Amino acid sequence: MKVSVDLDTCNGNGVCMSICHEVFDVREDGLHLLQEEPPKDLRHQLKGAEVSCPTQAITVKD
Amino acid sequence: MASQLSQIVVVGAGVAGTRAAETLRQEGYGGDLTIVGAERHAPYHRPPLSKKLLTGKVHRVGIDFAPQLDLDARVLRGASALKLDMSSHIVHVRDENRDLAVQFDGLVIASGAVPREWPDGPVPDGVLLLRTVEDCLAIRERLGSRPRVVVVGGGFIGAEVAASCRSLGLDVVLVEKTAGPLLAVLGKEMATCWADLHRQNGVDLRVDVGVDAFAGNGRVEAVRLTDGSQVPADLVVIGLGVTPATDWLDGSGLSIDDGVVCDATGAVEGGTDVVAAGDVARWWHPLYERHLRTEHWEDAGRQGAAAARTLLAGPDHAETYDDVPYFWSDQYDVKLQMLGIPADYDAVKIVEGNPEAWQFVAAYGRDGHTIAVMGTITNRVYAYRDAVAKHAEFPPRRPD
Repeated sequence: MKVSVDLDTCNGNGVCMSICHEVFDVREDGLHLLQEEPPKDLRHQLKGAEVSCPTQAITVKD
Repeated sequence: MASQLSQIVVVGAGVAGTRAAETLRQEGYGGDLTIVGAERHAPYHRPPLSKKLLTGKVHRVGIDFAPQLDLDARVLRGASALKLDMSSHIVHVRDENRDLAVQFDGLVIASGAVPREWPDGPVPDGVLLLRTVEDCLAIRERLGSRPRVVVVGGGFIGAEVAASCRSLGLDVVLVEKTAGPLLAVLGKEMATCWADLHRQNGVDLRVDVGVDAFAGNGRVEAVRLTDGSQVPADLVVIGLGVTPATDWLDGSGLSIDDGVVCDATGAVEGGTDVVAAGDVARWWHPLYERHLRTEHWEDAGRQGAAAARTLLAGPDHAETYDDVPYFWSDQYDVKLQMLGIPADYDAVKIVEGNPEAWQFVAAYGRDGHTIAVMGTITNRVYAYRDAVAKHAEFPPRRPD
Protein backbone atom coordinates (compact mmCIF):
# COMPACT_ATOMS: atom_id res chain seq x y z
CA MET A 1 0.00 0.00 0.00
CA LYS A 2 1.13 3.57 -0.68
CA VAL A 3 0.05 6.44 1.50
CA SER A 4 0.54 10.13 0.85
CA VAL A 5 -0.66 13.20 2.72
CA ASP A 6 -1.14 16.70 1.37
CA LEU A 7 0.36 18.62 4.27
CA ASP A 8 -1.00 21.95 2.99
CA THR A 9 -4.51 20.57 3.30
CA CYS A 10 -4.02 18.61 6.55
CA ASN A 11 -5.62 20.37 9.48
CA GLY A 12 -4.10 18.16 12.15
CA ASN A 13 -7.43 16.93 13.52
CA GLY A 14 -5.98 13.50 14.21
CA VAL A 15 -8.92 11.51 12.92
CA CYS A 16 -6.53 9.35 10.88
CA MET A 17 -4.40 8.68 13.95
CA SER A 18 -7.42 7.45 15.88
CA ILE A 19 -8.19 5.03 13.07
CA CYS A 20 -4.66 3.90 12.17
CA HIS A 21 -2.00 4.92 14.66
CA GLU A 22 0.46 2.52 13.05
CA VAL A 23 0.78 4.91 10.11
CA PHE A 24 -0.39 8.36 11.19
CA ASP A 25 1.02 10.37 14.04
CA VAL A 26 -0.30 13.85 14.74
CA ARG A 27 1.91 15.99 16.92
CA GLU A 28 2.00 19.66 17.78
CA ASP A 29 3.97 20.40 14.63
CA GLY A 30 1.51 18.54 12.42
CA LEU A 31 1.15 15.16 10.84
CA HIS A 32 3.95 12.61 10.58
CA LEU A 33 3.68 9.63 8.31
CA LEU A 34 5.27 6.72 10.17
CA GLN A 35 5.22 4.42 7.14
CA GLU A 36 4.84 5.45 3.52
CA GLU A 37 4.39 1.90 2.31
CA PRO A 38 2.47 0.10 5.05
CA PRO A 39 1.59 -3.60 4.76
CA LYS A 40 -1.66 -4.74 3.15
CA ASP A 41 -3.17 -5.97 6.40
CA LEU A 42 -3.70 -2.32 7.34
CA ARG A 43 -5.77 -1.76 4.22
CA HIS A 44 -9.09 -1.49 6.06
CA GLN A 45 -7.80 1.08 8.54
CA LEU A 46 -5.99 3.05 5.84
CA LYS A 47 -9.08 3.27 3.66
CA GLY A 48 -11.02 4.32 6.76
CA ALA A 49 -8.54 7.08 7.44
CA GLU A 50 -8.66 8.18 3.81
CA VAL A 51 -12.44 8.58 3.72
CA SER A 52 -12.68 9.96 7.25
CA CYS A 53 -10.11 12.72 6.88
CA PRO A 54 -12.09 15.96 7.35
CA THR A 55 -10.00 17.77 4.77
CA GLN A 56 -9.45 14.89 2.32
CA ALA A 57 -5.70 15.24 2.71
CA ILE A 58 -4.93 11.51 2.57
CA THR A 59 -4.51 9.38 -0.53
CA VAL A 60 -4.16 5.61 -0.25
CA LYS A 61 -3.21 3.43 -3.19
CA ASP A 62 -3.10 -0.35 -3.42
CA MET B 1 -23.82 0.15 -10.47
CA ALA B 2 -26.67 -0.04 -12.93
CA SER B 3 -28.48 3.25 -13.17
CA GLN B 4 -30.96 4.39 -15.79
CA LEU B 5 -30.03 8.01 -15.27
CA SER B 6 -28.23 9.88 -18.03
CA GLN B 7 -28.66 13.60 -17.23
CA ILE B 8 -27.66 14.37 -13.68
CA VAL B 9 -27.54 17.96 -12.48
CA VAL B 10 -25.80 18.97 -9.26
CA VAL B 11 -26.91 22.33 -7.91
CA GLY B 12 -24.14 23.61 -5.67
CA ALA B 13 -20.39 23.47 -6.15
CA GLY B 14 -19.23 23.53 -2.55
CA VAL B 15 -17.96 20.50 -0.70
CA ALA B 16 -21.29 18.62 -0.79
CA GLY B 17 -21.85 19.18 -4.51
CA THR B 18 -18.26 18.42 -5.41
CA ARG B 19 -18.15 15.20 -3.37
CA ALA B 20 -21.46 14.18 -4.93
CA ALA B 21 -20.11 14.74 -8.45
CA GLU B 22 -16.90 12.84 -7.63
CA THR B 23 -18.85 9.94 -6.21
CA LEU B 24 -21.15 9.72 -9.23
CA ARG B 25 -18.12 9.23 -11.46
CA GLN B 26 -16.35 6.92 -9.00
CA GLU B 27 -19.44 4.73 -8.91
CA GLY B 28 -19.38 4.43 -12.67
CA TYR B 29 -21.99 6.95 -13.75
CA GLY B 30 -21.20 7.65 -17.41
CA GLY B 31 -23.98 10.03 -18.41
CA ASP B 32 -24.08 13.82 -18.71
CA LEU B 33 -23.14 15.74 -15.60
CA THR B 34 -23.84 19.44 -15.06
CA ILE B 35 -22.68 21.33 -11.96
CA VAL B 36 -24.30 24.66 -11.18
CA GLY B 37 -22.19 26.77 -8.81
CA ALA B 38 -23.20 30.17 -7.46
CA GLU B 39 -19.63 31.21 -6.80
CA ARG B 40 -17.28 32.24 -9.58
CA HIS B 41 -14.33 30.07 -8.65
CA ALA B 42 -13.42 26.46 -8.25
CA PRO B 43 -14.37 24.85 -4.94
CA TYR B 44 -12.37 25.82 -1.88
CA HIS B 45 -12.08 24.80 1.73
CA ARG B 46 -14.45 26.95 3.72
CA PRO B 47 -13.19 26.20 7.27
CA PRO B 48 -10.04 28.39 6.94
CA LEU B 49 -12.16 31.48 6.16
CA SER B 50 -12.65 32.23 9.85
CA LYS B 51 -9.24 30.93 10.83
CA LYS B 52 -6.00 30.60 8.87
CA LEU B 53 -7.05 32.55 5.79
CA LEU B 54 -8.37 35.36 7.94
CA THR B 55 -5.12 35.62 9.90
CA GLY B 56 -2.99 35.26 6.78
CA LYS B 57 -1.44 31.95 7.85
CA VAL B 58 -2.51 30.48 4.53
CA HIS B 59 -2.88 32.21 1.20
CA ARG B 60 -5.86 32.23 -1.11
CA VAL B 61 -4.42 29.56 -3.39
CA GLY B 62 -3.78 27.33 -0.40
CA ILE B 63 -7.48 26.73 0.21
CA ASP B 64 -8.51 25.54 -3.25
CA PHE B 65 -9.47 21.94 -3.47
CA ALA B 66 -9.43 20.02 -6.68
CA PRO B 67 -11.81 17.15 -7.33
CA GLN B 68 -10.03 13.85 -6.87
CA LEU B 69 -10.69 12.80 -10.44
CA ASP B 70 -11.65 14.30 -13.78
CA LEU B 71 -15.37 14.95 -13.41
CA ASP B 72 -15.96 15.25 -17.14
CA ALA B 73 -18.72 17.71 -16.28
CA ARG B 74 -20.23 20.84 -17.71
CA VAL B 75 -19.55 23.35 -14.93
CA LEU B 76 -21.51 26.59 -14.73
CA ARG B 77 -19.90 29.09 -12.35
CA GLY B 78 -21.36 32.33 -11.06
CA ALA B 79 -24.67 30.69 -11.91
CA SER B 80 -27.74 30.90 -9.69
CA ALA B 81 -30.45 28.28 -9.70
CA LEU B 82 -33.66 30.31 -9.92
CA LYS B 83 -36.40 27.74 -10.03
CA LEU B 84 -36.99 24.03 -10.07
CA ASP B 85 -39.73 22.65 -12.27
CA MET B 86 -40.27 19.03 -11.24
CA SER B 87 -42.98 18.29 -13.79
CA SER B 88 -40.76 19.06 -16.77
CA HIS B 89 -37.51 18.16 -14.97
CA ILE B 90 -35.85 21.50 -15.57
CA VAL B 91 -33.66 23.69 -13.37
CA HIS B 92 -33.86 27.31 -14.45
CA VAL B 93 -30.45 28.90 -14.08
CA ARG B 94 -29.10 32.40 -14.56
CA ASP B 95 -25.53 32.22 -15.75
CA GLU B 96 -23.94 35.69 -16.04
CA ASN B 97 -26.51 37.36 -18.30
CA ARG B 98 -28.02 34.26 -19.80
CA ASP B 99 -31.08 32.38 -18.67
CA LEU B 100 -30.66 28.66 -19.13
CA ALA B 101 -33.08 25.77 -18.79
CA VAL B 102 -31.10 22.75 -17.68
CA GLN B 103 -32.82 19.42 -18.20
CA PHE B 104 -32.24 16.58 -15.73
CA ASP B 105 -33.38 13.09 -14.93
CA GLY B 106 -31.50 13.02 -11.63
CA LEU B 107 -30.91 15.97 -9.32
CA VAL B 108 -28.53 16.61 -6.42
CA ILE B 109 -29.54 19.60 -4.31
CA ALA B 110 -26.47 20.99 -2.59
CA SER B 111 -27.17 24.71 -2.74
CA GLY B 112 -25.82 25.32 0.75
CA ALA B 113 -26.86 28.15 3.02
CA VAL B 114 -26.75 31.90 3.12
CA PRO B 115 -25.65 33.95 6.11
CA ARG B 116 -28.35 35.86 7.96
CA GLU B 117 -28.16 39.53 7.17
CA TRP B 118 -28.61 42.15 9.82
CA PRO B 119 -32.41 42.11 10.34
CA ASP B 120 -32.93 45.84 10.86
CA GLY B 121 -32.17 47.17 7.43
CA PRO B 122 -29.03 48.67 5.92
CA VAL B 123 -25.84 48.81 7.95
CA PRO B 124 -23.03 51.37 7.76
CA ASP B 125 -19.74 50.64 6.04
CA GLY B 126 -17.51 48.41 8.14
CA VAL B 127 -20.26 46.00 9.19
CA LEU B 128 -19.55 42.74 7.39
CA LEU B 129 -20.73 39.16 7.05
CA LEU B 130 -18.50 36.11 6.59
CA ARG B 131 -19.47 33.27 4.29
CA THR B 132 -17.46 33.36 1.10
CA VAL B 133 -13.79 33.74 0.34
CA GLU B 134 -14.49 37.28 -0.88
CA ASP B 135 -16.09 38.09 2.49
CA CYS B 136 -13.01 36.75 4.24
CA LEU B 137 -10.55 38.70 2.13
CA ALA B 138 -12.59 41.89 2.59
CA ILE B 139 -12.42 41.47 6.36
CA ARG B 140 -8.74 40.56 6.23
CA GLU B 141 -7.94 43.68 4.26
CA ARG B 142 -9.55 45.82 6.95
CA LEU B 143 -7.68 44.02 9.70
CA GLY B 144 -4.50 45.58 8.30
CA SER B 145 -5.45 48.99 9.70
CA ARG B 146 -5.65 47.50 13.24
CA PRO B 147 -9.37 48.18 13.78
CA ARG B 148 -11.22 47.84 17.04
CA VAL B 149 -13.32 44.77 16.30
CA VAL B 150 -16.80 43.94 17.51
CA VAL B 151 -18.11 40.46 16.74
CA VAL B 152 -21.87 40.06 16.93
CA GLY B 153 -22.96 36.49 17.62
CA GLY B 154 -21.10 33.84 19.57
CA GLY B 155 -21.64 30.82 17.36
CA PHE B 156 -18.66 29.08 15.77
CA ILE B 157 -18.06 31.73 13.13
CA GLY B 158 -18.22 34.52 15.69
CA ALA B 159 -16.05 32.68 18.21
CA GLU B 160 -13.45 31.80 15.58
CA VAL B 161 -13.35 35.31 14.16
CA ALA B 162 -12.90 36.68 17.69
CA ALA B 163 -10.07 34.22 18.34
CA SER B 164 -8.41 34.98 14.99
CA CYS B 165 -8.56 38.73 15.60
CA ARG B 166 -7.15 38.34 19.12
CA SER B 167 -4.31 36.24 17.75
CA LEU B 168 -3.44 39.27 15.61
CA GLY B 169 -3.38 41.37 18.77
CA LEU B 170 -6.52 43.36 17.98
CA ASP B 171 -9.00 44.62 20.56
CA VAL B 172 -12.08 42.42 20.33
CA VAL B 173 -15.52 42.69 21.90
CA LEU B 174 -17.77 39.65 21.41
CA VAL B 175 -21.50 40.29 21.85
CA GLU B 176 -23.70 37.26 22.46
CA LYS B 177 -27.37 37.48 23.29
CA THR B 178 -27.47 34.22 25.28
CA ALA B 179 -25.48 33.50 28.45
CA GLY B 180 -22.31 32.63 26.53
CA PRO B 181 -20.65 31.80 23.25
CA LEU B 182 -21.33 28.32 21.81
CA LEU B 183 -24.00 27.72 24.45
CA ALA B 184 -26.51 26.33 21.97
CA VAL B 185 -24.02 23.78 20.58
CA LEU B 186 -22.01 22.78 23.63
CA GLY B 187 -24.45 23.14 26.51
CA LYS B 188 -23.89 25.12 29.68
CA GLU B 189 -21.00 23.24 31.30
CA MET B 190 -18.74 23.12 28.26
CA ALA B 191 -19.74 26.54 26.96
CA THR B 192 -18.54 27.97 30.27
CA CYS B 193 -15.07 26.58 29.48
CA TRP B 194 -15.09 28.31 26.12
CA ALA B 195 -16.23 31.60 27.61
CA ASP B 196 -13.23 31.33 29.97
CA LEU B 197 -10.94 30.57 27.04
CA HIS B 198 -12.00 33.74 25.26
CA ARG B 199 -11.70 35.84 28.41
CA GLN B 200 -8.25 34.42 29.19
CA ASN B 201 -7.20 35.38 25.71
CA GLY B 202 -8.33 38.94 26.16
CA VAL B 203 -11.74 39.04 24.49
CA ASP B 204 -14.12 41.51 26.09
CA LEU B 205 -17.12 39.21 26.34
CA ARG B 206 -20.58 40.82 26.58
CA VAL B 207 -23.24 38.20 27.19
CA ASP B 208 -27.00 38.26 27.74
CA VAL B 209 -27.12 41.37 25.64
CA GLY B 210 -28.12 42.17 22.10
CA VAL B 211 -27.30 44.83 19.57
CA ASP B 212 -29.65 47.76 19.35
CA ALA B 213 -28.07 49.69 16.49
CA PHE B 214 -24.87 50.57 14.69
CA ALA B 215 -23.79 54.16 15.14
CA GLY B 216 -21.71 56.06 12.65
CA ASN B 217 -21.91 58.56 9.90
CA GLY B 218 -21.63 56.37 6.82
CA ARG B 219 -18.87 54.36 8.53
CA VAL B 220 -19.45 52.36 11.66
CA GLU B 221 -18.07 54.09 14.77
CA ALA B 222 -19.80 52.24 17.58
CA VAL B 223 -22.23 49.48 18.41
CA ARG B 224 -25.10 50.34 20.74
CA LEU B 225 -26.11 47.43 22.93
CA THR B 226 -29.57 46.73 24.34
CA ASP B 227 -28.35 47.41 27.88
CA GLY B 228 -27.72 51.01 26.85
CA SER B 229 -23.95 50.70 26.64
CA GLN B 230 -21.98 51.73 23.59
CA VAL B 231 -18.91 49.93 22.26
CA PRO B 232 -16.51 51.79 19.95
CA ALA B 233 -15.88 49.88 16.73
CA ASP B 234 -14.01 50.28 13.46
CA LEU B 235 -15.01 46.87 12.17
CA VAL B 236 -18.03 44.73 12.98
CA VAL B 237 -18.36 41.12 11.91
CA ILE B 238 -21.87 39.69 12.11
CA GLY B 239 -22.23 35.98 12.73
CA LEU B 240 -25.93 35.32 13.15
CA GLY B 241 -25.94 31.92 11.55
CA VAL B 242 -27.19 30.82 8.18
CA THR B 243 -30.43 29.85 6.52
CA PRO B 244 -30.63 27.02 4.00
CA ALA B 245 -30.68 28.22 0.39
CA THR B 246 -34.08 26.92 -0.65
CA ASP B 247 -35.69 29.99 -2.26
CA TRP B 248 -35.29 28.46 -5.71
CA LEU B 249 -37.27 25.40 -4.58
CA ASP B 250 -40.43 27.35 -3.69
CA GLY B 251 -43.36 25.86 -5.58
CA SER B 252 -41.38 22.78 -6.63
CA GLY B 253 -43.51 20.43 -4.56
CA LEU B 254 -40.49 19.19 -2.63
CA SER B 255 -40.77 19.08 1.13
CA ILE B 256 -39.09 22.16 2.63
CA ASP B 257 -38.90 22.77 6.37
CA ASP B 258 -35.75 24.53 7.54
CA GLY B 259 -33.98 22.88 4.64
CA VAL B 260 -34.85 20.19 2.15
CA VAL B 261 -36.40 17.31 4.04
CA CYS B 262 -34.78 13.96 3.24
CA ASP B 263 -35.20 10.41 4.38
CA ALA B 264 -32.33 8.44 5.89
CA THR B 265 -30.80 7.79 2.47
CA GLY B 266 -30.73 11.42 1.40
CA ALA B 267 -33.68 11.08 -0.98
CA VAL B 268 -35.81 14.22 -0.89
CA GLU B 269 -39.36 13.82 0.31
CA GLY B 270 -41.89 14.84 -2.32
CA GLY B 271 -39.70 14.01 -5.33
CA THR B 272 -38.24 11.08 -7.20
CA ASP B 273 -34.64 10.89 -8.36
CA VAL B 274 -33.87 13.94 -6.23
CA VAL B 275 -31.37 13.85 -3.38
CA ALA B 276 -29.94 16.58 -1.16
CA ALA B 277 -26.78 17.04 0.89
CA GLY B 278 -24.89 19.57 2.94
CA ASP B 279 -26.09 22.72 4.72
CA VAL B 280 -29.32 22.77 2.71
CA ALA B 281 -30.40 19.23 3.66
CA ARG B 282 -32.31 17.94 6.66
CA TRP B 283 -31.77 14.20 6.83
CA TRP B 284 -33.58 11.70 8.95
CA HIS B 285 -30.92 10.35 11.29
CA PRO B 286 -31.88 6.88 12.52
CA LEU B 287 -29.51 7.05 15.48
CA TYR B 288 -30.92 10.30 16.85
CA GLU B 289 -34.41 9.51 15.57
CA ARG B 290 -34.95 12.97 14.21
CA HIS B 291 -34.26 15.12 11.19
CA LEU B 292 -30.88 16.81 11.49
CA ARG B 293 -29.53 19.69 9.47
CA THR B 294 -25.89 20.15 10.34
CA GLU B 295 -23.75 22.93 8.96
CA HIS B 296 -20.45 21.12 9.20
CA TRP B 297 -17.86 20.80 6.48
CA GLU B 298 -17.20 17.15 7.17
CA ASP B 299 -20.86 16.15 7.23
CA ALA B 300 -21.54 18.02 4.00
CA GLY B 301 -18.85 16.10 2.14
CA ARG B 302 -19.93 12.71 3.44
CA GLN B 303 -23.58 13.43 2.75
CA GLY B 304 -22.67 14.51 -0.78
CA ALA B 305 -21.05 11.14 -1.42
CA ALA B 306 -23.93 9.24 0.19
CA ALA B 307 -26.56 11.22 -1.71
CA ALA B 308 -24.83 10.43 -5.00
CA ARG B 309 -24.88 6.71 -4.20
CA THR B 310 -28.56 6.95 -3.30
CA LEU B 311 -29.36 8.64 -6.59
CA LEU B 312 -27.61 5.92 -8.58
CA ALA B 313 -29.01 3.05 -6.52
CA GLY B 314 -32.62 4.18 -6.83
CA PRO B 315 -35.24 4.09 -4.09
CA ASP B 316 -35.37 0.31 -3.74
CA HIS B 317 -31.64 -0.16 -3.20
CA ALA B 318 -30.55 3.06 -1.53
CA GLU B 319 -28.63 2.63 1.71
CA THR B 320 -29.23 4.44 4.95
CA TYR B 321 -26.58 6.98 5.83
CA ASP B 322 -26.20 7.08 9.58
CA ASP B 323 -22.70 8.38 10.11
CA VAL B 324 -22.14 10.33 13.28
CA PRO B 325 -22.05 14.12 12.77
CA TYR B 326 -18.58 15.56 13.30
CA PHE B 327 -17.07 18.98 13.41
CA TRP B 328 -14.02 20.78 14.65
CA SER B 329 -13.20 24.34 15.54
CA ASP B 330 -9.78 25.93 16.00
CA GLN B 331 -9.69 28.75 18.51
CA TYR B 332 -6.38 30.11 19.80
CA ASP B 333 -4.22 27.02 20.14
CA VAL B 334 -7.12 24.81 21.17
CA LYS B 335 -8.73 22.42 18.72
CA LEU B 336 -12.27 21.53 19.68
CA GLN B 337 -13.77 18.42 18.10
CA MET B 338 -17.27 17.09 18.53
CA LEU B 339 -18.71 13.76 17.50
CA GLY B 340 -22.45 13.36 17.67
CA ILE B 341 -25.20 15.75 18.68
CA PRO B 342 -25.53 16.61 22.37
CA ALA B 343 -29.13 17.81 22.03
CA ASP B 344 -31.19 17.26 25.19
CA TYR B 345 -28.28 15.72 27.10
CA ASP B 346 -28.89 15.09 30.78
CA ALA B 347 -25.32 14.40 31.88
CA VAL B 348 -21.85 15.53 30.93
CA LYS B 349 -18.62 14.04 32.27
CA ILE B 350 -14.92 14.55 31.70
CA VAL B 351 -13.69 11.12 30.56
CA GLU B 352 -10.06 11.97 29.82
CA GLY B 353 -7.56 14.66 30.68
CA ASN B 354 -7.91 17.94 32.48
CA PRO B 355 -10.01 20.90 31.35
CA GLU B 356 -7.79 23.31 33.31
CA ALA B 357 -4.91 22.39 31.02
CA TRP B 358 -7.18 22.49 27.95
CA GLN B 359 -6.44 18.84 27.27
CA PHE B 360 -9.57 16.82 27.85
CA VAL B 361 -12.38 14.74 26.43
CA ALA B 362 -15.95 15.09 27.69
CA ALA B 363 -18.90 12.80 27.04
CA TYR B 364 -22.54 13.81 26.86
CA GLY B 365 -25.16 11.34 28.03
CA ARG B 366 -28.92 11.01 27.78
CA ASP B 367 -30.94 8.32 29.53
CA GLY B 368 -27.73 6.46 30.35
CA HIS B 369 -26.42 6.45 26.75
CA THR B 370 -23.47 8.27 25.23
CA ILE B 371 -24.88 10.61 22.58
CA ALA B 372 -21.87 12.83 21.90
CA VAL B 373 -18.21 13.28 22.73
CA MET B 374 -16.34 16.54 22.65
CA GLY B 375 -12.73 17.28 23.38
CA THR B 376 -9.46 18.97 22.69
CA ILE B 377 -6.99 16.06 22.69
CA THR B 378 -6.38 15.75 18.98
CA ASN B 379 -6.32 12.00 18.55
CA ARG B 380 -8.64 11.03 21.39
CA VAL B 381 -12.01 12.40 20.30
CA TYR B 382 -12.46 10.25 17.23
CA ALA B 383 -11.47 7.24 19.30
CA TYR B 384 -14.97 7.40 20.84
CA ARG B 385 -16.69 7.09 17.49
CA ASP B 386 -18.00 3.60 18.19
CA ALA B 387 -19.32 4.62 21.59
CA VAL B 388 -21.26 7.50 20.02
CA ALA B 389 -22.39 5.54 16.96
CA LYS B 390 -23.76 2.77 19.17
CA HIS B 391 -25.06 5.11 21.85
CA ALA B 392 -23.04 3.00 24.28
CA GLU B 393 -23.54 3.08 28.00
CA PHE B 394 -22.77 6.42 29.65
CA PRO B 395 -20.12 7.24 30.71
CA PRO B 396 -18.32 5.47 27.86
CA ARG B 397 -15.41 3.14 28.55
CA ARG B 398 -12.06 4.53 27.54
CA PRO B 399 -11.27 3.10 24.08
CA ASP B 400 -7.75 2.19 22.91
